[in-house]
Amino acid sequence: MDKSYFEVIRPGINTTFQDLGRKNLYHIGIPFSGAMDNRNFILANAIAGNKENTPAIEFAYQGPLLKFKGEKININITGNASFKLIKKEEQIEGNCYENYTLEEGDQLDIISTNKSVYGYLAISGNFEVQFQWNSCSTNTKAKVGANDGEKIEKDQLIKILDSHSHNSKRKLEYINSKIENIRVIKGTNFNYFSKEGKKNFFEKEFIVTKLTDRMGMRLEGCKIENIVDTNIKSEGLIKGTIQVPADGNPIIMLSDHGTIGGYPKIGVVISADYDKLVQLPPGSKIKFQEIELADAEMLFKLYQMETKNLVLKIK
Amino acid sequence: MIKNISILGDAALYCDFGNDVNQEINSKVIKYFKNIKEKEIEGITNLTPSYNKLIISFDLNLTNFNNLKKIIENLELNKSEKTKSNKINIPICCEKEFALDIKKLEKKLKISEEKIYERFFSKEYFCYMTGFIAGLPFLGDLDESLKSRRLETPRVKIPKGSVGITEQFCNIYTFESPGGWNIIGNTPINVFDKKNELKPNLINPGDTVVFEQISKDQFEEHNG
Repeated sequence: MDKSYFEVIRPGINTTFQDLGRKNLYHIGIPFSGAMDNRNFILANAIAGNKENTPAIEFAYQGPLLKFKGEKININITGNASFKLIKKEEQIEGNCYENYTLEEGDQLDIISTNKSVYGYLAISGNFEVQFQWNSCSTNTKAKVGANDGEKIEKDQLIKILDSHSHNSKRKLEYINSKIENIRVIKGTNFNYFSKEGKKNFFEKEFIVTKLTDRMGMRLEGCKIENIVDTNIKSEGLIKGTIQVPADGNPIIMLSDHGTIGGYPKIGVVISADYDKLVQLPPGSKIKFQEIELADAEMLFKLYQMETKNLVLKIK
Repeated sequence: MIKNISILGDAALYCDFGNDVNQEINSKVIKYFKNIKEKEIEGITNLTPSYNKLIISFDLNLTNFNNLKKIIENLELNKSEKTKSNKINIPICCEKEFALDIKKLEKKLKISEEKIYERFFSKEYFCYMTGFIAGLPFLGDLDESLKSRRLETPRVKIPKGSVGITEQFCNIYTFESPGGWNIIGNTPINVFDKKNELKPNLINPGDTVVFEQISKDQFEEHNG
């Protein structure tokens, strides 16, 4: 029963094992990592009938092409992705947030994410992965986590443990909404920037550049002028921090960020907007909107409640 | 001892211990870090001590800024705690192939290569913090005369084991990484061991580091 596996025919661009991340290691230089879009990760496991923190496969832009060897398994994909199931007699165009059953020899072709970056593949079972510091999350820079800290590669075999294939009909009606306004709390060095720089930061549009990955998102737009110092004494960073280096272009720290940095912090993206932020592909336009702590806390509560309600709506 | 606690986003406390960089302030940061870590306060997900700041990240599902701020402000510190610190020897080879920026430094500092190394190796260094990449130690303080700025254009790839200097600090790149420090040598020692989950870092905040110059042959021996 547990000899089933996937053969990786095409790995995709940046395909890794992820869970909800690893804690309490910033002080030695290891970031949180984990799924970039927490909500879609949680929904994938919920539809598969798994525990919330079960390792899933995260893909970006182009996903993997996998061939299933084994008796039967349910799979589902979350996010906004095009994929198809190639079976012996037919090809099925897949819908996100819906379980499908794969049988011996069937292929799953995750073609691409649409107007978004990350998607998740969960199965009714467990991928055989190694854990480091209680998390499988792959950090390809530090080479930490599942798969020896590497991306999933061509021809590798992904072994499956404890597969269970009941409830194969489970699905959820859900469409990811996009956001253009990213809400931000002012950073600890907000006053390092000129009056105009501060005004521009909250009024002008910025564009997500191609220099964006799991570590950070580089933006381009009008330059934000620094009038105090373009360096600060190196100090801790958290995900969502927006730093502005000497060139005046903001960089947002994402889940695999360096734990210490020396550029002034102009703001921090609120927790409620993080999942949507990471889904913005290069070329997207964004605007920052200032918000107070109490509102940010309330918005996060609402966002978490919404996620819980979505899980309850899975049938 | 904390001068001010402010918000960093909606899920972190920014504890400010002052603006200067010295061992006295840094020891206070480390003391708080160790005390908070020991108490295992609910909701805290990460602590990042640095020269003179401590960032406390938390899970917004479990606690919030105002709750935690109160807890940290009323924290009772263990008074008698003597922090254990180790003295660690780090061998470095300074052959041309490893000392990527020594020629540039000679020009920048107007000091001969020989004198740069003489002054560099004559001091012991204090570890202020680790991070940026896993296990990378921020060490200080360099001899006044060796203070230099970062490279104008940071390198995309700095080889594993490289020893860099900038301002009054030096560091060791624990694995290949981008970076902008002036590289003066390379150590064959593994400073970060991901397999050792309980103690992955060879050098920890509060430790003392002594660098020792080795030949190319000795370098090869370590690697062999």
